[in-house]
Amino acid sequence: MKEYINQGSQDTRSGFGAGLTELGRTNPNVVALCADLIGSLKMDQFIEENPDRFFQIGIAEANMMGIAAGLTIGGKIPFTGTFANFSTGRVYDQIRQSIAYSGKNVKICASHAGVTLGEDGATHQILEDIGLMKMLPGMVVINPCDFNQTKAATMAIADYDGPVYLRFGRPKVANFTPADQSFEIGKGLLLQEGSDVTIVATGHLVWEALEAAKTLNEKGISAEVINIHTIKPLDNDIILKSVAKTGAIVTAEEHNFLGGLGESVARVLAENTPTPQEFIATKDTFGESGTPAQLMDKYGLNAKAIVAASEKIIQRK
Amino acid sequence: MSTTHSSQDIVTQVRRDILRMVHKVNSGHPGGSLGCAEFFVSLYNEIMELKEGFDMDGINEDVFFLSNGHISPVFYSVLARRGYFPVEELNTFRLIDSRLQGHPTTHEGLPGIRIASGSLGQGLSVAIGAAQAKKLNKDSHMVYALMGDGELQEGQNWEAIMYAAAKKVDNLIATVDLNGKQIDGSTDKVLPMGSVEGKFKAFGWEVLTVEEGNDLTAIGNALREAKSMSGNGKPICILLKTEMGNGVDFMMHTHAWHGKAPNDEQLESALAQNPETLGDY
Repeated sequence: MKEYINQGSQDTRSGFGAGLTELGRTNPNVVALCADLIGSLKMDQFIEENPDRFFQIGIAEANMMGIAAGLTIGGKIPFTGTFANFSTGRVYDQIRQSIAYSGKNVKICASHAGVTLGEDGATHQILEDIGLMKMLPGMVVINPCDFNQTKAATMAIADYDGPVYLRFGRPKVANFTPADQSFEIGKGLLLQEGSDVTIVATGHLVWEALEAAKTLNEKGISAEVINIHTIKPLDNDIILKSVAKTGAIVTAEEHNFLGGLGESVARVLAENTPTPQEFIATKDTFGESGTPAQLMDKYGLNAKAIVAASEKIIQRK
Repeated sequence: MSTTHSSQDIVTQVRRDILRMVHKVNSGHPGGSLGCAEFFVSLYNEIMELKEGFDMDGINEDVFFLSNGHISPVFYSVLARRGYFPVEELNTFRLIDSRLQGHPTTHEGLPGIRIASGSLGQGLSVAIGAAQAKKLNKDSHMVYALMGDGELQEGQNWEAIMYAAAKKVDNLIATVDLNGKQIDGSTDKVLPMGSVEGKFKAFGWEVLTVEEGNDLTAIGNALREAKSMSGNGKPICILLKTEMGNGVDFMMHTHAWHGKAPNDEQLESALAQNPETLGDY
């Protein structure tokens, strides 16, 4: 098995901040907007270095999305920053009309996605954002797995012309992908080769999937692990190629199983090669207060749950 | 096309265009469109500094955003009459495969349109963003926006109004079509808004009120005055008191023609009141 080393746990939002800082130095068209959450989004360094290219909007996310759309008219590449909940559900119609339908080059950068924001509870723990955003025609949806990948994704989306939803989180998680990686939108990454079951994971669940594969290996089950950082457009080929070999699949995401990665994968499989699938995801529920680890455990979003799902699904082959 | 007389000719032709467009497909919004015909003609033919052709970024020219997208007929007519696309294309309004969607959109690539609008309350924020982009680009041209008065009931406007004053977006002239009417009746009946002028002033805007919002001279003077006030640290609002359905007697003094097309007989009567000037499409 390939071994992945945690280079030191970091939060993915800091990866966004690092990527944005780099963009500030390299791309004069990049501008940033924030709705009163500079510290949470790790935008301080960009602002310090580019005060003229930063727009503090205040607590007015709808206005922020409209201003971002307007800034593209004149060639700017706006990156909006707020929590995932306020980046999507709160401003869905603004995104739909002024950004997605209008085809504007806005990068909607969303932190604190999922239950792992922890103690703030369900009002802030959006578990529906991937579904909301992937349903918008033309919207790219990216959920990177660690600090390094979030930094790489942040930089990559500046070079892509069109609306993007970039989702990341609050907790410190294993940082295991290469610091110098190139990031290709829509390209899944084969992290672990296996033959008995395919585990397709996104975001914080990728490290959990790697941990699960180790446990499964000890139990004599060979798991293939794929990092799907881009939920839309989905890398159909890497998934179909893998299930052709394994014949069973587990999808893993910190999101509702309605509307998430799992459903996108299920659609691709149904259209091409129907395959038994288990969904590691929240099951049509809101979150609650707790530590990230407690919540991951309670809602079945960790390596332990992925192991159990894998053992279950291979029985259905 | 810069004299008041010829602008009046354009207005009359624009009215005919509006009426014929909505009549043909038996849908669309003639009332507000007719009420803003003079404003659009003044803006596009007398006020705005425009480049030849169209590009999305609008650098080194004035740009305009329509927030109350349902008055697309007047927007389309004025854009076509200004040369953005062939006037014959007005014939495709609201038809399948047309670039002239029910509400304006960039999606079909119609020259002159820079944002989709229709879902209300979003245009002012977009205009602010475009104005701030102009400042970053050191482009001294203006950004214009038009909103409906009923539309001010959408909360996003007030986020935008607060922001524009706080951030000194002084290269922006936002006009409110103060016709006092919305779908369910008068704005005073549906949701009284109190003093719109007082609200804008309290938020820190410069406010100009045009009592004769269907008078080309009055509109032109207000837009020129507004422009002269730009660059002084405050966004500028023009409150334009218009008559919905202006120029067609039976469409005036009522909200009934907000979203209703005339029948054959009504069209004939309406067109008779507005004889052809530049030539029908």
